[in-house]
Amino acid sequence: MSARRHPLLLPILIALTLVAALGSLTLGAVPLAPVRILAVLSGGGDEVARAILIDLRLPRMLLGLIVGAMLGLAGAALQGYLRNPLAEPSVLGASNAAALGAVGALYFGLAQLHPVILPILAITTSLIAIGALFLLAGPSESPLTLILAGIAVATLAGAGISLSLNLSPNPFAAMEIMSWLMGSLENRSYAHVWIALPCVLVGAALLIADGRSLDALTLGEEGAQALGVDLTKARLRMMLGVAIGVGGAVAVSGAIGFVGLIVPHLVRPLTDRSPSAILLPSLLGGAALLTLADIGVRLIPTSSELKLGVLTALLGVPVFLVHLMRERRLW
Amino acid sequence: MVTIRTQELSVRLGRHAAVRGVSTALEPGQLVGIIGPNGAGKSTLIRAMLGLARVESGTVSVNGKPIASIGRKDIARLVAYLPQGQTLHWPLMVERLVALGRMPHLGPLSRLSSEDEAMVDAALARADVLHLKGRIATELSGGERARVLLARALAVGAPSLIADEPLAALDPGHQLDVMDLLKAEARAGSLVVTVLHDLGMAARYCDRLLLMDKGRLVADGKPMDVLTEQSLAQVYGISACIEAGGAWPLILPTGRIKG
Repeated sequence: MSARRHPLLLPILIALTLVAALGSLTLGAVPLAPVRILAVLSGGGDEVARAILIDLRLPRMLLGLIVGAMLGLAGAALQGYLRNPLAEPSVLGASNAAALGAVGALYFGLAQLHPVILPILAITTSLIAIGALFLLAGPSESPLTLILAGIAVATLAGAGISLSLNLSPNPFAAMEIMSWLMGSLENRSYAHVWIALPCVLVGAALLIADGRSLDALTLGEEGAQALGVDLTKARLRMMLGVAIGVGGAVAVSGAIGFVGLIVPHLVRPLTDRSPSAILLPSLLGGAALLTLADIGVRLIPTSSELKLGVLTALLGVPVFLVHLMRERRLW
Repeated sequence: MVTIRTQELSVRLGRHAAVRGVSTALEPGQLVGIIGPNGAGKSTLIRAMLGLARVESGTVSVNGKPIASIGRKDIARLVAYLPQGQTLHWPLMVERLVALGRMPHLGPLSRLSSEDEAMVDAALARADVLHLKGRIATELSGGERARVLLARALAVGAPSLIADEPLAALDPGHQLDVMDLLKAEARAGSLVVTVLHDLGMAARYCDRLLLMDKGRLVADGKPMDVLTEQSLAQVYGISACIEAGGAWPLILPTGRIKG
């Protein structure tokens, strides 16, 4: 049996993720000499360096890894499930709905009552959206009905978000909502890590479990069923995994687009292109990419820090262009 | 050994009654051909036999058990299915694609054993596509892809095989190869059910033919009893030259009957 992935793919991705994590700790707006960082890491160090590293950069790095991993994995799983190389978490409306929940919490001032209210509301709306998706798509297993239902849900959530911007009481509230829509890992704390981590673990477990069913779907729905795949259960696991995992990720980072789209495309050429073979590489690649992008927004000198979603959207453009060029056989 | 039985089976696709009151029993060791004009309900009938179509009334049973009571994975191990058309959603390598056939036999996290790999190679060889093992399936010609998908169905190693139009896109040589293969499967004790459009192949190879028209089973029996000038005129609206004298029967459609 020939290898399903390039033998070096996973080691390289693990190394890249570690480098990104280390970079996220050592690079930032305030330069810290390596000596001071080493001192903190070995348990000592001065108070300022400790505060920057342990209270600011470490949770930010962890969130970059957790959120990126979830987005990458969800993109890979959905591309396989929907048999569409342009699918990503937002096509099912999960990210938009989670963002709507977060924005609602900000708009109605609930977010100020307690820091966990916003993420919990985000996860709840994401679950509600996936429930609505189920009702809309009905019993059909066709990817098209699911995508259409997803667009309907995503558009509705988008309309709600626009409405809250439209009616927002003052420019500051609008700014806050806006920053949530562009996604950011700025000023996050361990509370955010503890909210995102369990959601992402549950979501990722649900998505990774279905790798083989995704492969069988290469033969179409009936081909997969005739190979013993219970599509109803597979779909339930897929939708729940996306709702819980992506909902939990968006709840702490805001809607960060395109990571779920780009990463599977980057790793796929180094695998046998079966949907199951790209799941784990996409998880690692997503973690590395988002953490690197987060280092990027910190280092690019702009008057106010760039939002993560802006950078990832810019990275997404070439992926579409490459696809376009392949379709037109220019490349 | 697998026996598939239908009793007064009716299936509705939307508002269209695709299969109406079909009763038949398919026994192991037979190569059964299902023939009939486009839209006669052939594919729907075999999908119902696999538990893939929602039954409106009547029953389908496999080895005496109602199909609805058998788990998907158990059906997959009993009946291999080669769907119509050649839909492939990802550019998988031929070897990986054929290995999907071993899926019903794998535990939740286990990998292919060397036994599984031997089954895959054997299936590739039998469908005459061993030389395509390292190619990307979506880059093959239509006929090559059809044979690769047949190898995928053979790799299941199930005691019965249901193939929907396995001859589509094949050149004459490979059409004969595939029919020989299906016949050999049946001779080895399998139940092989196949939807065919080539009446000559159906007459030459099948042990038994089911002739369908507008959802109904209108004839069921030995090829030469089913393929008569009268039945072809009635069901297909064609006149045909039928020669039963040679080593095998020859059937040549000669014209459309007007009216």
